[in-house]
Amino acid sequence: MADNPTLEMEQPTPVKRKGVKRRAFLIGGVAVVGAGLFGISILDSNAVKTAAKLTAGKGEHSFATWLKIAEDNVITIYSPHTDIGQGSNTGLAQMLAEELDAAWDQVKLVSAPAESAFANVGLGRGFMGEMTGQPGIVNGIPQSFLSFIARQMNLQITGGSSALRYTGQVTFQKVGAATRLALIETAAKRLGVPAGELTTQDSHVIHAKSSRSLPYGKLAAEAATLSLNNEPELKDPKNYRLMRQSLPRLDIPAKVDGTAQYGMDFSVPDMRVATIMAAPARGGKLTSVDEAPALAVKGVEKVIKLDDAVAVVAKGYWAAISGLRAMTPQFTDGGNGAISTASIFKAYDDLIAKGEPAGEAGEGDVKAAMGPKPVEAKYQVPFLHHAMMEPFALTAHFKDGKLDIWGGMQDPLATKMMAVDVSGLDSDKVTFHPMLIGGSFGRRLPMYMEIVSQVTKLAMQLPYPVKLIWSREEEIAQGAYRPQSAAVLKANVAANKRIAAYSNDYAQTESAESETTFIYNLPAVARRNYEHKSNQITGAWRSVNSTQQGFYNESFMDELAHAAGVDPVEFRRNHLKADSRHLRVLDECARLANWKAPLPEGVGRGVAIVESFKTIVAHVIEASVKEDGMPKVHKITTVVDAGSIVNPDAAKAQIEGGTIMGLSSAIGEAVTLEKGAVQQSNFSDYPLLKLADAPLVHDIHFIDSGAYMGGIGEPGVPPAAPALANALFAATGKRVRNLPILTQAKA
Amino acid sequence: MAINTTINGKAVALTAEPDTPLLWVIREELGLTGTKFGCGIAACGACSVHVDGEITRSCSVPVSDIAGKSITTIEGLKGAEGKLHAVQQAWISAQVPQCGYCQSGQIMAAVALIEKTGKPSDEQIDEAMTNICRCGTYPRIRKAIHAATGQAATAIEGAA
Repeated sequence: MADNPTLEMEQPTPVKRKGVKRRAFLIGGVAVVGAGLFGISILDSNAVKTAAKLTAGKGEHSFATWLKIAEDNVITIYSPHTDIGQGSNTGLAQMLAEELDAAWDQVKLVSAPAESAFANVGLGRGFMGEMTGQPGIVNGIPQSFLSFIARQMNLQITGGSSALRYTGQVTFQKVGAATRLALIETAAKRLGVPAGELTTQDSHVIHAKSSRSLPYGKLAAEAATLSLNNEPELKDPKNYRLMRQSLPRLDIPAKVDGTAQYGMDFSVPDMRVATIMAAPARGGKLTSVDEAPALAVKGVEKVIKLDDAVAVVAKGYWAAISGLRAMTPQFTDGGNGAISTASIFKAYDDLIAKGEPAGEAGEGDVKAAMGPKPVEAKYQVPFLHHAMMEPFALTAHFKDGKLDIWGGMQDPLATKMMAVDVSGLDSDKVTFHPMLIGGSFGRRLPMYMEIVSQVTKLAMQLPYPVKLIWSREEEIAQGAYRPQSAAVLKANVAANKRIAAYSNDYAQTESAESETTFIYNLPAVARRNYEHKSNQITGAWRSVNSTQQGFYNESFMDELAHAAGVDPVEFRRNHLKADSRHLRVLDECARLANWKAPLPEGVGRGVAIVESFKTIVAHVIEASVKEDGMPKVHKITTVVDAGSIVNPDAAKAQIEGGTIMGLSSAIGEAVTLEKGAVQQSNFSDYPLLKLADAPLVHDIHFIDSGAYMGGIGEPGVPPAAPALANALFAATGKRVRNLPILTQAKA
Repeated sequence: MAINTTINGKAVALTAEPDTPLLWVIREELGLTGTKFGCGIAACGACSVHVDGEITRSCSVPVSDIAGKSITTIEGLKGAEGKLHAVQQAWISAQVPQCGYCQSGQIMAAVALIEKTGKPSDEQIDEAMTNICRCGTYPRIRKAIHAATGQAATAIEGAA
C-alpha cells in the first residue's frame, strides 16, 4: 500500500471515468496517518465556507455544511444521499433533528448540491472502518482529513446500505449535537445564565428557572460564528423522541398524487427527446446505418452516430423510438461473438477443475481434514438485471459554454465529474441537478452508466436541450448485471455430525470476499475464487455478491444437515459460536416461526441466515409447489439484527421489499447471452414477481442488540433464495442447485 | 386533424399523430407526468389510466382509439379542493411507496378494482393487481386496498 491516500478504481468501460466502484475502493495508509493526529474537526473550513455560500440565503445561517437554520426557525438539512425510496433521507433527518432537538414539523430535507463541498465525509470514514475490519479505527482521524478524501473520491454515493450507518452515525448525529451546543452557548450569553441551566426542546433553548426561551432562529446568526465542538456527547437512546420512531416518510405524499418529479419527467422549453441503441454485443462498434428510414418518420429531426451506438433525436419519444426501430444499424461484435451463457459456465468449470484460484481466504488445513469422501455439490446462478421501474432518462443542455444535466443518479457528484470528463469542460462549467430516482438497486452508479457520457455527447452537438430516454429493451440488454456465477462446495461431516472441513470454490468476475461474511465457526474452511471476465459489465446488485454466496452456503449447509441426519436449524446452531448474535437471530427466528410445528401435506419449511453489510437476517419460509411448477410462498418469518433501527416502519418496508426481490430473482429471473448479446428484451421474458405470488404473511422482527449499526436496504435479499430452495426441498425432496427455479426466462 | 377527448374532466383537442400511444400524449402533449413510462408493451402497468372508467395501459393504446372518450389520470383523482381520494390516503397511511415510480399506476388499478368490486377479496386483488413493483411494496398495496375499503383497520400496523 502507498504511504499517501490512494484510490483504486475498476473502470469497466473504455470511457475515462472518475467514478468509484462501490465495492472496490481502497485507501492506503490512512489509518497510519490518522493515528498520529489529534483533534477531530467536524469542519473542513474551506468546504464549510463553500457550502454556506451555496446554501444559506438572506436570514439563513449554515452549520457544518449539512444544515442551515433560518430566522423563522425553519431548519433545512442537506442530504448527500439519494433517497430511492428506502427512507434514508427521512432517517437522516430524524438523526440530525434528534440530536439538535429540532421541532420535526419545521424540518425540511433537500438533496445536497452535486458540488465537492458536499462530498460525504461520514461515508468515507465508514467504509474505511469496515475495510480495515475495525469500525473504531477511524475515530482518530480528523474529519477535515476525511472530508478531503471524500472530495478526492467524488464521494456522494448511495450504496452499501450506508446512509444511516455512516452518514447518519458518523456525521449527522454529531453535527446536530454540536450545533445544539453552539445554540446553547449563544443563549447562555444572551440570557446571562450558565449554560448548564439551559435545556432544549422543539427548536428552542429554554431557561426553566426564569421561564424564558429563545427560538433557534433568533440564535442562529451568532451561533454560526462559533467553532463547533468536534466530539459532542450524543443523547442516551432512552431520551430519544424522533429516532426509533416510525415517523411517516417525508417523500411519500408526492408519490401518491403524481406530483413527484423523476428524471423521466423533467422538461424545459424547446427540449427534444432522443433514444438510443448501442451495440447488442457489448464491446461492439457501429459500422454503418442508413438514416433515411428514421428521418422519414414524422417528428424525427436528426440521427446521431456514436462510436458504439446510434441515437435518434425527435420532437417526442414516440417519434424517436419509431425512427430508431425503422433503421437496421450494423454493429461489430467486438470479437465477443463466441460468448454465451454456456461458454461462461464452461470457463468457470474449467477454472475450478484446474484448481489455481486467484484468491483464497479461510482458516485451518482444509486439505488434510477433507477426508476421502466429502459431500459435494455444484451450484449455478445467472446474470441478474436490476430492472428498476424507471428506465434511464437524463436531460442535458449545452449553452453559452455551460452544461446542465438533470436526472436521478446514485452519486450526483461523480455523475457531474463524468460529464466533466466527457465534455472536456472545466468542472465549474458543469452542473448536475439531482432529481428523484425511480428505483436503482445498484444500477444508477455512474461508473456503470454510459447514459451520462451518451447524453453529454448528444448535448454538446445540439443547439437545444435533449432528454435521452432508454427504452426498456435497451435497459434490459445493456445492464450492469449481478455476476453469473458458479460454485463447487465440499465438506467433510465427521462421525460426530460436525463439519471437519468445508470448501467453497466459486467462479465469477471477481472475488466476493469483501462483501460477504462467512458466519460459521469451523475448524477448517477455504473460500477460493476463480476469475473470468466476459464482455458484460458486472455491477453492484442489491446486496452485492451476497445473493450468490448466501445461496451457495445456506443451500449447502442444508444439504449437509440432511446428509448428517440433523435438523437444519440444529445443524446450523452446532456450528455457530455460543452467545453470538448469529445464534440469537437463528434461535429467535426458529422460535417465532414455530419451526417444529407440523405443516400441511406438500408444504415445506426452509431456513437460511446470512450476514451482509453488518446486519444479520434469518428467514424461515413455508412454501409448496403449484401445479404449474411455480413455487408458492405461504409464510415468511424474519428476524433482523441491524444493531439498532432508526425508523422501524421504514426498516420493515426495506426487509419486505428486499425479501421479495430475493424471491423474484430466485424464482424467475435470468439474463442469458448468445453471440455476446443479451437474449432478454423486456418484462415479457425477464419476469418479475407480481403481487399474487408475493407472500401473504410476512412477520418481521428486529433485535435491538445495540451492536454497530448495520445496513437495512440490502440484507433482506440474500437469505430469501436459499430459504425458499430449502423449503422446496423439504416439500418435494428435490434440491434446487441452479437458479432461477423456473426456466421461463428463456435460455 | 385534432382528436377530441376529455382528460380529467376537461375537453381537449389533441394534435398528436394518430398512432402515438396515449401515454406519450398524456406526458408530452398535456404535460401530465404522473402517468409513467415503464415498458412500452403493457407488461408493467406503470402507465395505467382510466378510459371511460376501465383500467387501461396507456402505452399500448393509440391516441386515435380514445376519440370521444373520457380519460382519468392520477392527477384527476383528487376530489374538490384537492382532497385526496380514499385510496391515495390509504397509500399514505400504509406508507406504501418506496421509489414511487410505479405507484400512480398501482393506485389507478386499485381505484378501478374498488369501483368494480366494492370490497375486493384477496383473490380479486391477486387477479386485478398485476402491475409490477420492483421495490416489492406488494404486501402494503394489499393492506392499503383493504384499509381503503374498510376491511382491516389494522392494515397500517407499524406505520405512524
